[in-house]
Amino acid sequence: MSRSYDRALTVFSPDGHLFQVEYAMEAVYKGNCCVGLKGKDVVVLGVEKKTTLQLQDPRTVRKVAVLDDHVLMAFAGLTADGRILIDKARIECQSHRLTVEDPVTIEYITRHVAGIFQRYTQSGGVRPFGIACLIIGFDPHDTTPRLYMTEPSGIYSAWKANAIGKSSKTVREFLEKNFKDDMTRDESVKLTVKSLLEVVQTGAKNIEISVMDSTGKVTSLELPEIEAIVSEIEREKEAEAERKRSRLAATAAGQAAMTARAGDAGPSSS
Amino acid sequence: MDILFGLCGKGFVILAGDTTVAHSIVKMKNDEDKIKTLGPHLAMAYSGEPGDTIQFAEYIERNLRLDQIRNVHERRPEASASWIRSSLASSLRSRRPYSVNILVGGFDISSAAIVEGQEELGGTPKLYWLDYLGTKVEVPFGAHGYGSYFALSLLDRYHDPNASVEEAMGTLKRCIDEVSKRLVVSPSKYKAKIIDKDGVRDIEIPV
Repeated sequence: MSRSYDRALTVFSPDGHLFQVEYAMEAVYKGNCCVGLKGKDVVVLGVEKKTTLQLQDPRTVRKVAVLDDHVLMAFAGLTADGRILIDKARIECQSHRLTVEDPVTIEYITRHVAGIFQRYTQSGGVRPFGIACLIIGFDPHDTTPRLYMTEPSGIYSAWKANAIGKSSKTVREFLEKNFKDDMTRDESVKLTVKSLLEVVQTGAKNIEISVMDSTGKVTSLELPEIEAIVSEIEREKEAEAERKRSRLAATAAGQAAMTARAGDAGPSSS
Repeated sequence: MDILFGLCGKGFVILAGDTTVAHSIVKMKNDEDKIKTLGPHLAMAYSGEPGDTIQFAEYIERNLRLDQIRNVHERRPEASASWIRSSLASSLRSRRPYSVNILVGGFDISSAAIVEGQEELGGTPKLYWLDYLGTKVEVPFGAHGYGSYFALSLLDRYHDPNASVEEAMGTLKRCIDEVSKRLVVSPSKYKAKIIDKDGVRDIEIPV
């Protein structure tokens, strides 16, 4: 019985932990990496796609879900849990329209999703959702981009840019270093791809990018477009490395010249 | 008192309805749109008990939208009409049934609905006549309300499944004029929507 609070979800451990919820977070860290990022009047979702097997139909594996005309969601963690949650959120979006004749705000639907998460940490006979979500979009009659994150515990928070899933810490640190306010559409997309490239080794074909502009129009970038951005980023990195190398070489040459001159001066003075 | 008309032409279907909202003998409103757009190529005109109509129409609208978000592709008009019918049928067997009559107009853009030799139409127009008892019939033309007593014979005589938009609007105009001429409490204004391969849009009724 000493470990029973590790088993029953709704029981605290003596030091105040709900272990099952923390294990759910671990499931999230095993999930594919997702990046969300806000620009000036645009908001971008980037996800790492698992490589599809040779005989698999890639169209059936989609990581970004449309919740309503103006809301997109990506999740990291257990895909099956994600599917259930997406359906619940979609129903709420339409139900909200039916009752108040207005589309949901992004904060509202995030709070609703987080509410579902929380419920599954406090009821008997259930387990928490093994997913974290990024929810993006624009509020009705508003052109301010919105980005929210939810966690299995039921926490939700607003962000300028954030990452969830595998290596999310690395990506978040990268975003902290490189994020600028009021980025254009192209800059936002590029930074999203760049941050994903920090953790995705296989490059363009394993990246899925969705962009929503202030009219609520959603664009999924085609593979050639992503490839173009990836090669541009690689070129820039190459140029940067080249500059560093030449600067290093210049310094080395300078030092060599100095020592040589010092060497020349040495004997003549003696 | 509501009057609804619907007719198919070559590559399109037109729905029309009067715009009057009446309470007892008083006209409350003269610009009510009784046609709801349900999808990219689907619309329905509804009449019946005020309140029931809007409640039911919005319920249908949101459920079809949910269905479309879930499945990405829009449902075919036949499937949508069948679902609306079954909703009416289950409502009829509830404690407080909806009393709503409906004309569902849609344009089937699926590849199976593209007729050989008429590819430029981009599909097939579809019209369904539904009533509050859960009846559903696919029809070339249809009408609900008092208008049907005058219009069906006219439509029988003048409806042409290969009509152009102008011709079909002419036929619709005949029906509206006949109702104005013969019905004691005829409505003064009508609104119409056309559904074709390009989607649903308003269409002006000729004077």
